[in-house]
Amino acid sequence: MISEVRETKQKEIQILLKQLDGLVQIKGLPIFPEPKTGNPLWADVRELDLRYQIPVKKVTRFFDELGKGKIMATKCVKCNTIYFPPQDDCPKCRVSGLEWVELPVEGELITYTIISVKPPSFSHYPDYVVGIADLGEVNVTAWVQGPKEKLKVGAKVRLEVVKREPEGYLTYSLRLL
Amino acid sequence: MTNVAVVGTGHSKFGSRTDVTLQELAWEAVKQALEEANVEQKNVKYFSVGNVGTWSAEPLPAIVVGEYCNLNPSGTMRVEAACASGSAALRDAYLAVKSGEVDIAMAVGVEQMHQSPNLTVVEMIGRAGNYFWEFENFGLTFPGYYALYATAYMSKYGMKEEDLGKVAIKAHHYGALNPYAHFQKEITMEEYLKSRPVAWPLKLLDSSPITDGAAAVVLASEEMARKLTDSPVWIEAQGVASGTANLSRRTDFTSIEAARIAAEQVYRRAGINMDSPWKQIDVADVHDCFTIAEIVAYEDLRFAKRGEGMLLAREEQTYVGGRIPVNVDGGLKAKGHPIGATGVSMAVSLTRQLLYRAPHKSMQADIKNGRALAHNVGGTGHYAYVTLFSTRRPGT
Ligand SMILES: [Zn+2]
Repeated sequence: MISEVRETKQKEIQILLKQLDGLVQIKGLPIFPEPKTGNPLWADVRELDLRYQIPVKKVTRFFDELGKGKIMATKCVKCNTIYFPPQDDCPKCRVSGLEWVELPVEGELITYTIISVKPPSFSHYPDYVVGIADLGEVNVTAWVQGPKEKLKVGAKVRLEVVKREPEGYLTYSLRLL
Repeated sequence: MTNVAVVGTGHSKFGSRTDVTLQELAWEAVKQALEEANVEQKNVKYFSVGNVGTWSAEPLPAIVVGEYCNLNPSGTMRVEAACASGSAALRDAYLAVKSGEVDIAMAVGVEQMHQSPNLTVVEMIGRAGNYFWEFENFGLTFPGYYALYATAYMSKYGMKEEDLGKVAIKAHHYGALNPYAHFQKEITMEEYLKSRPVAWPLKLLDSSPITDGAAAVVLASEEMARKLTDSPVWIEAQGVASGTANLSRRTDFTSIEAARIAAEQVYRRAGINMDSPWKQIDVADVHDCFTIAEIVAYEDLRFAKRGEGMLLAREEQTYVGGRIPVNVDGGLKAKGHPIGATGVSMAVSLTRQLLYRAPHKSMQADIKNGRALAHNVGGTGHYAYVTLFSTRRPGT
């Protein structure tokens, strides 16, 4: 669950904040020496929480279909361009209201990497593989799952809907065949 | 439109600069540049500030820097082009002078990344690209993006880990000589090969560090440059291009298309031979945020054919004395990569190279053509800026 992921992080932050409170009580100021250099640093007393609310109205269909096990792209009927990530506007033809089409599910891995130094918001996952697969008309970036010995450029992969744990939300990934 | 020359350069020490604030750091470079150019702040009629920020507290860096450096009330703006923000700031000031609107302008690049913990910085840089479709679900990181290029390049051309190691070793070799560099020590192949992976196949020693630093250049119109200096370094040409936000919208992961386009623009504008541009250029600074990026840059700039960039590294052709000296100031890899300062830092290094003012004689390239090239890429080929500097007045 998203709230559980956050609680774990908050516990770590709590320890740091307690130390900072102690510091302010002793010195009357939130100033501490940087461990390596001893340079005095002011610990910000103001906090900013960032969690964006991103509009998805024009591509709602993508998320509806994920729930039915399908991964969709959009297609401009005028110029036949397929858009993935899906978008409802074709800037080439300047038309909107594109057609929804199902992506081919089989493809080939073009490239990949294994992320070991992770962003803090991904630190609760084990090391993950991010790859880009060629599905014919479009490429898809996603996590690559399956046995490591099969992981190579040119490997066959299948695009599938998965539930991302521990958050428990629907997304898609590439499974090594 | 007038020709535009660099008439003063300034550069702070790069590194973990927690001894100063963002504006104090900028002042170190601005002060040096003003003194070199011998101009007063009141004569600098426009200044641009390259800064990406978010890891540092000030949301209006151009204003904070302007006040601290006594550059008010001249006009300014903060310029963002990710890791190419410095070159974008240079472009903004360059165009202000070139258009004839002002006769003296300044480009400042400054970044203070150590105001946030390293992992917060990893998160913020990783978010740069297409946040919603490529970061939100898949947690790509900056080394991760370039690792996608390294994997594809290795697979297509049979590049070895050691080829990337050669690039890192060269960067540290020159960084060790550069008093402004973040890392001032040599590394061995053994140390390189043993360094821990950050985003396979890239290791810690493939990566530029998280750095604080500032650089500044004073630019002047031809008429003003003649009054200020006997040794102007002209901005002969500049090329700019962009790439898709989503990496999945690209098909080739062995080359940065935006950089190729920007380089072609520059070569065409300056009348440089596209088949062997290195013969007309004496030294280059390229965007080696990761070792793979330098190898790809050799090819995108046509210093080597496609697939042969790794050979330049393997044969050590980019040291001083080779086919073309590249990143002989230590590059982003060893000099450091304070995101918004990097492009201006390149302009400073190259101007000094052209004037035989490299900080150490072993870093000085032989200047035969009077030309130096800067290649500054933002994100993973999201932005590209290529700038040609010359001791010869453009159009002669
Ligand atoms: Zn269309």
